[in-house]
Amino acid sequence: MASSIANGGGGHDALRFYLTKTAQFFLVLATTLLGLVAVTFIIGRVVPIDPVLAIVGDRAPAHVYERARQELGLDLPLIQQFWIYLKKAVTGDFGNSVLTTNPVMTDIANAFPATFELATLGTIIGTIIGIPLGVLAAVKRGTLIDQVVRFLGLAGYSIPIFWLGLMGLLLFYAKLGWVAGPGRIDVTYSYLYTPITGIVLIDTAMQGQWDAFWNAVSHILLPACLLGYFSLAYISRMTRSFMLNELAQEYVIAARVKGLSEMRVIWRHALRNAAVPLVTVIALSYANLLEGSVLTETVFAWPGLGQYITNSLQNADMNAVLGGTLAIGTVFVLLNLVSDLLYRLLDPRTR
Amino acid sequence: MMKPLLEVEDLHVRFHLRTGIVEAVRGVSFQLGRERLGIVGESGSGKSQTGRAILGLTPPPGEVTAKRLAFDGVDLLTASKRTLRTLRGGRISMVMQDPKYSLNPVMTIGEQIIEAYQAHAKASRAEARDKALAMLEAVKMRDPVRVFSLYPHEVSGGMGQRAMIAMMLVTDPDLLIADEPTSALDVTVSMEVLRILDELVAERGMGLVFISHDLKLVSSFCDRVLVMYAGRVVEELEARNLHEAKHPYTQGLMRCLPTLANDVRPLPTLNRDPSWAL
Repeated sequence: MASSIANGGGGHDALRFYLTKTAQFFLVLATTLLGLVAVTFIIGRVVPIDPVLAIVGDRAPAHVYERARQELGLDLPLIQQFWIYLKKAVTGDFGNSVLTTNPVMTDIANAFPATFELATLGTIIGTIIGIPLGVLAAVKRGTLIDQVVRFLGLAGYSIPIFWLGLMGLLLFYAKLGWVAGPGRIDVTYSYLYTPITGIVLIDTAMQGQWDAFWNAVSHILLPACLLGYFSLAYISRMTRSFMLNELAQEYVIAARVKGLSEMRVIWRHALRNAAVPLVTVIALSYANLLEGSVLTETVFAWPGLGQYITNSLQNADMNAVLGGTLAIGTVFVLLNLVSDLLYRLLDPRTR
Repeated sequence: MMKPLLEVEDLHVRFHLRTGIVEAVRGVSFQLGRERLGIVGESGSGKSQTGRAILGLTPPPGEVTAKRLAFDGVDLLTASKRTLRTLRGGRISMVMQDPKYSLNPVMTIGEQIIEAYQAHAKASRAEARDKALAMLEAVKMRDPVRVFSLYPHEVSGGMGQRAMIAMMLVTDPDLLIADEPTSALDVTVSMEVLRILDELVAERGMGLVFISHDLKLVSSFCDRVLVMYAGRVVEELEARNLHEAKHPYTQGLMRCLPTLANDVRPLPTLNRDPSWAL
């Protein structure tokens, strides 16, 4: 009886714990986003870019200029402008983009899936290859394999991505014809499916348009491998150093004393421990790619978030810049949450 | 005389470093039956490296040579990796110093014991689990089922070390190397752990190599004591005849032991003669 009461109490506590955690998360999310809006908004208003000029052009008469200025609400005090922006933003209205004339929300909803698709594939490639490479380099420390892995990592850090992208296109697209060129899908295929998620690979596969699917694969392969290589460079390097650290621990010796196979010692004991800090590394590298790799998106004419924000910035389209920045901020907070959860899953000491 | 369990003759452990060759163990010889051998010495005397060399776990870039290094007739220097692996954990085991570091932090204690057992016995998971629980009971855990599913950070140092002993003895090895098994524990807990270790070693008739820097502890716990200094055995004697030690190093160590009856203050210091290390 007593134990059942204790258990009931435990369940209750656990529930309260998770509720508190959830509330905490939303509080953090709200504060982070509010801070982000404030900072971006103020920077957007104080930079010497005139959004009115961007709309009316520099030859407009004074009264036209003034009217446009009032329509944008730029004649109001800054704090009032901020309040109006905030009120609208809560309802999901981030204003219209000057450049595309669409609501910013719609633009982001179109651009983000493209970036998401590319970044996710890049991260998967980087992780699947990067971790084993890093482990191998750590286990065979000082050998040729280690040197090769370290060189690959170093090259990934130092080669400009646009150059590698152009060279890739030149070789695999122009000369060898192994992959399709820039863009997400050939125009001929683009009417064969209706965008639902915005992620071309998923949309085409769901609708059974396999020709379109394979065409999209052939388009995404090169940029994804490129981004994959850059995240591989980072992930393999960090894996190597985490593994070297773990392999020197006493529990690894204990595992060998137990007579376990070297495979088990490395993959099950050492890597399982190295996986804890690796979560952060992979999340960071993923976040980096989700931000939109402007250069890659430009080289491959990939209509993603990075390209959208850069174009907007160059055209003084501040609504779009603000909206894009907020989208990235949200992605960061969400990724942070996911890696926190993974941490808890992987490391019993943080539970 | 019974055939010895462990034969060590002229064991050398060398580390080839960039700065030159460091010889951690320089010609250690001893034989061991199913008895308790203590190895004492200060830090860096090579006692731990002797233990590791027997298990074939000398860390790189170390190199082990010996005229003979054999366990139960099997030459450990020429044995295949596979043979070594079946010996390790299966017939020779080691309890290490600090359970805080020697237990894997992300695996439950039960999981780690099961893993040790299944590495050597063809057993189902249920059998392995029963065996692990029995082993936890044998090391006097109050609530084996609970401890089984705990992670190492959730238990005290004493419990951790008992879990370590359970893990290393679950396969019923013939030889146990205990490398400073109580140095990381406080005195009362360490006595309890030693008592359990003592009981299990006696019960199962294992050979024991007990490595420690604590001369008093070793002499009360072991049958025979090797005193190591700078990689060599400087003295070998029966534990109960410790006071008959002839080597000045051992004598010096003995003099440094504080006693309750004759309170000598300050305790004499140990003057090392450079010729001992030659």
